[in-house]
Amino acid sequence: MVADSHAVVSDLLMGGNGQALVAVEGLTKRFPVSKSLFRQASSFIHAVEDVSFSLAPGESLGLVGESGCGKTTVGKLLVKLIEPTSGQISFRFPSPDAGSGEAVDASTIRSADLRAFRRQAQMIFQDPYESMNPRRTIYDTIAEPLAVQGVGHLTDRVDRVTEILTQVGLTPAGSFLFRHPHELSGGQRQRVAIARALVIGPSFVVADEPTSMLDVSSRTGIMTLMQNLAQGLGISYLYITHDLAVARYMCHRIAVMYLGKIVEMAETEELLGNPLHPYTRALLSAVPVPDPTYRRDRPDIRGDLTLPINPPPRCRFYDRCPVATDHCRDNPHPPMEEHGPGHWVACYEA
Amino acid sequence: MTTSTHTPVLQVIDLSLRYQTRQGEVQAVEGVSFELQQGQSLGLVGESGCGKTSVATSLMRLLPENARLTRGQVRLNGTDLLELDDEEMRSYRWRRIAMVFQAAMNSLDPVHRVGQQIIEAIEAHGMETTVSDARERVARLFRMVGLDPQLMDRYPHEFSGGMRQRAVIAMALSCDPDLIIADEPTTALDVIVQDRILRELKLVQQELRMGMIYISHDIGVVAEVTDRIGVMYAGRLVELGDTADVFRSPMHPYTAALMSSFPSVHGERLPLQGLAGEPPNLIDPPSGCPFHPRCQYADEVCRTEFPERSIHEDHWAACWHPLEVTVTGDGSRDGCG
Ligand SMILES: Nc1ncnc2c1ncn2[C@@H]1O[C@H](COP(=O)(O)OP(=O)(O)OP(=O)(O)O)[C@@H](O)[C@H]1O
Ligand SMILES: Nc1ncnc2c1ncn2[C@@H]1O[C@H](COP(=O)(O)OP(=O)(O)OP(=O)(O)O)[C@@H](O)[C@H]1O
Ligand code: SF4
Ligand SMILES: [Mg+2]
Ligand SMILES: [Mg+2]
Repeated sequence: MVADSHAVVSDLLMGGNGQALVAVEGLTKRFPVSKSLFRQASSFIHAVEDVSFSLAPGESLGLVGESGCGKTTVGKLLVKLIEPTSGQISFRFPSPDAGSGEAVDASTIRSADLRAFRRQAQMIFQDPYESMNPRRTIYDTIAEPLAVQGVGHLTDRVDRVTEILTQVGLTPAGSFLFRHPHELSGGQRQRVAIARALVIGPSFVVADEPTSMLDVSSRTGIMTLMQNLAQGLGISYLYITHDLAVARYMCHRIAVMYLGKIVEMAETEELLGNPLHPYTRALLSAVPVPDPTYRRDRPDIRGDLTLPINPPPRCRFYDRCPVATDHCRDNPHPPMEEHGPGHWVACYEA
Repeated sequence: MTTSTHTPVLQVIDLSLRYQTRQGEVQAVEGVSFELQQGQSLGLVGESGCGKTSVATSLMRLLPENARLTRGQVRLNGTDLLELDDEEMRSYRWRRIAMVFQAAMNSLDPVHRVGQQIIEAIEAHGMETTVSDARERVARLFRMVGLDPQLMDRYPHEFSGGMRQRAVIAMALSCDPDLIIADEPTTALDVIVQDRILRELKLVQQELRMGMIYISHDIGVVAEVTDRIGVMYAGRLVELGDTADVFRSPMHPYTAALMSSFPSVHGERLPLQGLAGEPPNLIDPPSGCPFHPRCQYADEVCRTEFPERSIHEDHWAACWHPLEVTVTGDGSRDGCG
């Protein structure tokens, strides 16, 4: 069965009658390759290619995949930090008087509406420096979204910032408020970035490797906080991570990307227990095991990373696939097909 | 290996570091001592904010202005780095002791092509004499970290987070240092690329008999790449031992908690366990054993006196009541205080 993955997945998720908070269809982003290197301007990095999915209110979708496969680009497209080459993104944010509002096509959001949009859609950056001005104190950094959005009075803001610092485990909050970003450890900086994104109570958060620098214990605290917010306030997350164990605890579903394409998507336990795409299998077999006596096999994947510059029109995984056939070589990139309830795979051999 | 392993590349003795802040002094590193043999790798683990990066930047002598080294020695092949003048230290840095920074993604200069930045480092230390040799060296390093050499002429903003991280690893290896410090070098990498880089790194490290300090939150990675593990808590080294020993029988209650709370992708999905209680305030650290407010075995002596390390030769812990641990057949642990 070949179908429009977006429609079916959102159907499945919302029991057929619910409404997605975010729906993405055919999302594509190409970057021109620096001209000095390739003379023709016709070379493009196909960073994100025809990606579709949707997210229910309160749902977390994990996005995992190879370094450079386009995860951050998807995230930036969703919060309108960059514009897509083609494809659609629509949001249905809760309206102020409860209930979900009208669906809004993201491409119609003009700069005047951008401030209202940012109140609803936030991004926690992979690199915590990216979102922080080195000259501002931690207090100013976290309070800034509140100030921009005109939320609360000054004293409310101090309380709110203190509260969220405590929630992300930066205690006593008073010893952090007036430090600058460079006076924090890597993991502490990451928690400031999380606090900053969550402080205004958004409906949708793109979390790009938000806890990669945190130890298990601090990470557990943050994950619990984010889950509580999802349950209590219905925040949805697009949770980008390389850590499949983290995805296992944070995400209802996981989408696996390879060179700009989603190649597999399923509910979390199903995906981890029954991976069908050869890339997903290789990925799972490469997860380090915390036992020095355990000898892991090399992951079953061939060759080197490839760059998605004008990729040939066959399966994007072909060159590295351990099970590829002539059929894979001679046909276009495989469509997403449903192999079990809600378990979508793009592979001829799955 | 048959060669003598008793020439330490690195001896760190009683290292202590403070940061000045408006709220008071942060005691980031307190009396840390350890040794590293040639060709050996040491994993440094511990809670976020416990002082791992501070130890690393002290060894590199790349400290911010508000930092003050209050005590200690850092002997690299016998020479105390803390005694060198700035000029001498500059000639050691990168050539003898190199570091992959935690904010690696950020440590590339945005206005210069990535390959050029590495070539400059190579030339500055006289590693290659001609530009084409230097380019060849960079291409080799790129391949080693899984980057296509055609990417040499691109700018950092055209790289994804993980690609930048790999370029920085290539840069740190570019001058064949005696000691490499890698601070969370693979956090932005997928597990397949990580697997590959770790294998390569281990290979180079063993081939060149380079010492390595590997800082990571991923205990799985530490288990795979290191010979020894040091566990830090509140600026102190609280346990040190061979990786296999520390995993098999952690002695410090904090280490035991750290090992048991690791989530897994395989097997049953067990509920996540955090560590109860708050991280220590390093401006006003707890008295006695800094772990006592969160420790289930704490008693009066723990609250008042810092525990000197209890020595089991190569494996020790700073704890009044180190765990005697037995690992049962199914791998579960029974600890008793
Ligand atoms: N501004 C840009 N100009 C040119 N190429 C870009 C730009 N941003 C990203 N790319 C390219 O697009 C591809 C996808 O990048 P992206 O940052 O989305 O990857 P990612 O999946 O987030 O990787 P990582 O896990 O390493 O962070 C990469 O090949 C990258 O080099
Ligand atoms: N420049 C600075 N000024 C003041 N305090 C600092 C400075 N740099 C670090 N600190 C503090 O010193 C302590 C140790 O920081 P360090 O960066 O060494 O921790 P870490 O173990 O590397 O943590 P992480 O795992 O989060 O990177 C932290 O509590 C941090 O807040
Ligand atoms: S010294 Fe006491 S408080 Fe500290 S870890 Fe050991 S038992 Fe716990
Ligand atoms: Mg990224
Ligand atoms: Mg650090």
